[in-house]
Amino acid sequence: MSAAPYDEMTTATGKVRPHYTAFADWLSAQPAETLARKREEADLVFHRLGITFAVYGEAEGTERLIPFDLIPRILPAAEWTKLATGLRQRVRALNAFLGDIYHGQEILNAGIIPAAQVLQNVQYRPEMQGLDVPGGIYAHIAGVDLVRAGAGEFYVLEDNLRVPSGVSYMLEDRRMMMRLFPDLFARHKIAPVEHYPDTLLEVLRTVAPIGVSNPTVALLTPGAFNSAYFEHAFLAQQMGIELVEGQDLFVSDEQVFMRTTRGPQRVDVIYRRLDDDFIDPLAFRQDSMLGVPGLLSVYRAGRITLANAIGTGVADDKSIYPYVPEMVRFYLGEEPILNNVPTWMLRKPDDLAYTLDHLAELVVKEVHGSGGYGMLVGPAATKQEIEDFRVRIVASPEKYIAQPTLSLSTCPIFVEQGIAPRHIDLRPFVLSGREIRIVPGGLTRVALRDGSLVVNSSQGGGTKDTWVLED
Amino acid sequence: MLSRTADHLYWMARHTERAENLARMLDVTSRMSLLQGGLTGDDAGWASALAVAGLEGAYREKHGEVTAAGVMTFLCFDTDNPSSIVGCLKSARENAHAVRGTLTSELWETINDTWLKLRETSPAVLDGSGAGEFFDWVKFRSHLSRGVTIGTMLQDEALWFARLGTYLERADSTARILDVQARRLLTGVSDVGGAGDYYQWSALLRSVSAFEVYRRVYRDRITPLRVAELFILRDDMPRSLHKCLNEVTELLEMVANRHSGETSRRAGILHAALHFGRIEDIFAKGLHEFLADFVGRIYDLSDRVANDFLIPKH
Repeated sequence: MSAAPYDEMTTATGKVRPHYTAFADWLSAQPAETLARKREEADLVFHRLGITFAVYGEAEGTERLIPFDLIPRILPAAEWTKLATGLRQRVRALNAFLGDIYHGQEILNAGIIPAAQVLQNVQYRPEMQGLDVPGGIYAHIAGVDLVRAGAGEFYVLEDNLRVPSGVSYMLEDRRMMMRLFPDLFARHKIAPVEHYPDTLLEVLRTVAPIGVSNPTVALLTPGAFNSAYFEHAFLAQQMGIELVEGQDLFVSDEQVFMRTTRGPQRVDVIYRRLDDDFIDPLAFRQDSMLGVPGLLSVYRAGRITLANAIGTGVADDKSIYPYVPEMVRFYLGEEPILNNVPTWMLRKPDDLAYTLDHLAELVVKEVHGSGGYGMLVGPAATKQEIEDFRVRIVASPEKYIAQPTLSLSTCPIFVEQGIAPRHIDLRPFVLSGREIRIVPGGLTRVALRDGSLVVNSSQGGGTKDTWVLED
Repeated sequence: MLSRTADHLYWMARHTERAENLARMLDVTSRMSLLQGGLTGDDAGWASALAVAGLEGAYREKHGEVTAAGVMTFLCFDTDNPSSIVGCLKSARENAHAVRGTLTSELWETINDTWLKLRETSPAVLDGSGAGEFFDWVKFRSHLSRGVTIGTMLQDEALWFARLGTYLERADSTARILDVQARRLLTGVSDVGGAGDYYQWSALLRSVSAFEVYRRVYRDRITPLRVAELFILRDDMPRSLHKCLNEVTELLEMVANRHSGETSRRAGILHAALHFGRIEDIFAKGLHEFLADFVGRIYDLSDRVANDFLIPKH
């Protein structure tokens, strides 16, 4: 990591990039006290609104504010257009892949992906085989994590196709910026994001079971102790749909019903924010108190739509990730627009040998892990941490992949001593129904510690408003 | 509306109301003990405060001897006591949190704000002159929650179930306060008709914000019969049993479903007794017997409401 990372706002020679000039001018004209006051105001409002994030592993019920930074992450129109095209392409291919592996398995038959990698993956759900889902859509909501590295090129870090979260922060960050700095929105032409809940509801309604003309949609949450509960409640409210827990639903006559004060009411589409494992104790984990007994049988009968579908996790698994560019070529006959990060698959002896020799330079991740838990960032780790991790890798290499440590791009943030660059990523949300819809931008996460590459909220990351400038 | 959502709204409102009634009762108890310390002995008032809350046993188990400071802390700030002011407002906030999507943002912010401020409040505020201020604050926050509820929420089931919680709790609480205090005053050593008696009854009126109301309605000296009439039968008194049952019967009509006929009928019978009842008859049969029976019927109604509409409590 010799060269300075790409900075979103300024070039290597310290010049402000063209799409940031209007903002930089405005920023330099703001007295420090004004900005300090606005920061306090933002904290206060977020606290009062109760926009918090429960952190696992800390004292029960610990709620934290996700730190919000006032300096926006700005993307010029042309750059966004290219990203959006690439995201559409990638998500189309991923949905085609999911349809294929639960039906004809052509990509396996063609030998492009080793069949065992898919069929023996714990995220592969045999229950889904041969089941047709409305519109052939499995991942209705995808949160694709992008990072910018090197000289400024984008890479896909991972495709989150199960229950991606964070979109409420995208919406609240925008609302906060407009509240704090209305004048900035007069100076820039910023693509709006506020219609996300409307678009999501529209997408969910278009994938209702065949024959249902006015579908009832509900959002299924694990409950108030889930780390993303705020988001579940927020989205349900914004869409005007019921926020249900497993105990609110029951199955009768091959239908799913909600318990209401007027008696049972039928549900047609469930936007579920609950993992496959917990969704139906009769089919998956029997100890789950969060799911709905019998839900899978209704699903298999085509009388309920689940968004996302069951069994999408196999496509965003880190062991399958290296094959996504091949999926784009195989299903769409196109060249991938978005880059993958080069990845060593440690189940391959050569890749394993290389990785073990270069642990201090690489990032090693568990193939089934997420949320920044259980990973090794070589350059930031102590000798002891590296050696401990080495033991774990050698014990079961198939559980890990390795990637070069990318020098993630930086964006300035406010810190104690003023303004300093910190690493960021970007999670756009891709919605697939009858067509693919993407709200411009997404959620920008920022690592708050100097030099840290970990942006996850659970690891102390913060967020920024993300602007896509319109031409 | 989801039964679980209605359940949370109902308990959010009930616990807010319960916190308010606790503050009212403690406020009166502490005033009475300041005024009447010499007459009735220091502890009698505090023991009856525990009796109103139905927590005498729980208190004695934990603290033994009844003291002013002990009871105040136990009923205000003891987090192990779910019926303390802190316990009630915590529960109100948790219930609101569980259905915040159903609340207006103003209502959620009000309830959350109450909780955040309470969490920063040290039990030391109860020392000396701070107690009255604290009780006023609790009452004020309850007024605010209720006002924001009525002022911002759509007039639909969400509001109706919250209101049902408020009025069932208030009916229960008014009946308990009257029962325990009247029993103490009517059987106590106080000189009936004397100055001490006047202060005791007026303090009881103040506990339901009805001192000025009494003056306006009766324009005469304070007598136990009239105080009881005001508490029980006057439906223009917002905290009276009659007023509460007016609201409960009306709300039950509004939320009625296929199973709730029997609940409406029982509420109707109770309402009729208040609507057509005479205070002389109630006294003739025994005030305590009447109130104990009333509290039992409110308990039955609450149970039936849970079974018909909400999450049944086992």
